[in-house]
Amino acid sequence: MSVALFNALLELGDDHLILGHRVSEWCGHAPLLEEDLAMPNMALDNIGASRNIYTYAGEVEGKGRDEDQLAYLRLDREYKNCLLVERPNEDFAHTMLKQLYFSAFMEPYWQAALSSSDETIRGIAGKAVKEMAYHIRHAGEWVIRLGDGTEESAKRMKEAVEELTPYVEELFVMSADAQECADDGILPDREALRAQWNQTVANIFDQALLELPEVKYPQLGGRTGHHGEEMGFLLAELQYVQRAYPGMSW
Amino acid sequence: MLRSPMLKNGLRVKPHKLQNREEKMSKETPLWEVFIRPRNGLSHKHCGSLHAADEVMALQAARDTYTRRGEGLSIWVVPSKSIFASDPDQAAENFEPGVDKVYRHPTFYDIPEEVGHM
Repeated sequence: MSVALFNALLELGDDHLILGHRVSEWCGHAPLLEEDLAMPNMALDNIGASRNIYTYAGEVEGKGRDEDQLAYLRLDREYKNCLLVERPNEDFAHTMLKQLYFSAFMEPYWQAALSSSDETIRGIAGKAVKEMAYHIRHAGEWVIRLGDGTEESAKRMKEAVEELTPYVEELFVMSADAQECADDGILPDREALRAQWNQTVANIFDQALLELPEVKYPQLGGRTGHHGEEMGFLLAELQYVQRAYPGMSW
Repeated sequence: MLRSPMLKNGLRVKPHKLQNREEKMSKETPLWEVFIRPRNGLSHKHCGSLHAADEVMALQAARDTYTRRGEGLSIWVVPSKSIFASDPDQAAENFEPGVDKVYRHPTFYDIPEEVGHM
């Protein structure tokens, strides 16, 4: 059990860390001062969740690895995040859509995890569920305004939908480890969250004048460590300090 | 040669480029005043202003800008253009007549001890 739970926790922790890092790349570059505060807020919510998840994963593994070792000292093939979260920020349309797609999945996920048989999971879920609800609202309002905005913003929003929607399927994929945890009532069944995701996104797309395209060939591979080229650059930046100064702490 | 600032209605006129940018910004993302209520039972207090496209975005920006450290339980946002302010030039006639009228302060009553702190 502990191996399956450890791996399933890495899937979760890596999703939050990598998305959090991506969002943090906007820090100091957002188009408005107000948004320059909002983006790091969201990034820190995600990174904060990953810290709790890694700490627990380290305990479950029982080999003395802490959050820093799990976050910073693995090779790219050892990261189990879905491909969606590592996609580059590109523009505001891509960034906000990525955030919406992810939080529209994680909000019902944490909601379901509130009735986990595992007390630590229930604790992590209780904090994260409120943060995800806010991320849906914040990213959703931007998607609506860009989708139903100017000619340029609508065009960019449509391009983001075309490009990012094939990555959504991987959120619902159950690895053997995740399945084992779901069977034991520790972590939620990802498959079962499809209807809620569809409803959240459909409500927003309806107002944003966007359509969800049919995906024939979903992009998969992150959960098994097969990442895109961009992931290497992301990790180089993310891991630099710990690699250059091993064991350094603040 | 020093040039005196160009004045228009008593206001210094800004260089054209900057003025255009500011005009564009205040048109697309107008200014909002933010009021936060720190606790139940207290009133909303003005705490700053921000730019946002509409009232929904203004509320979210206010949440992200002014309540990051648990400052509040409730937020109001008001379009800055809806606020009418008293004229500083009229400060003397507005406020000074109240200064020397001590009898307007309720300090001439003996408060019975049973009342306690008021």
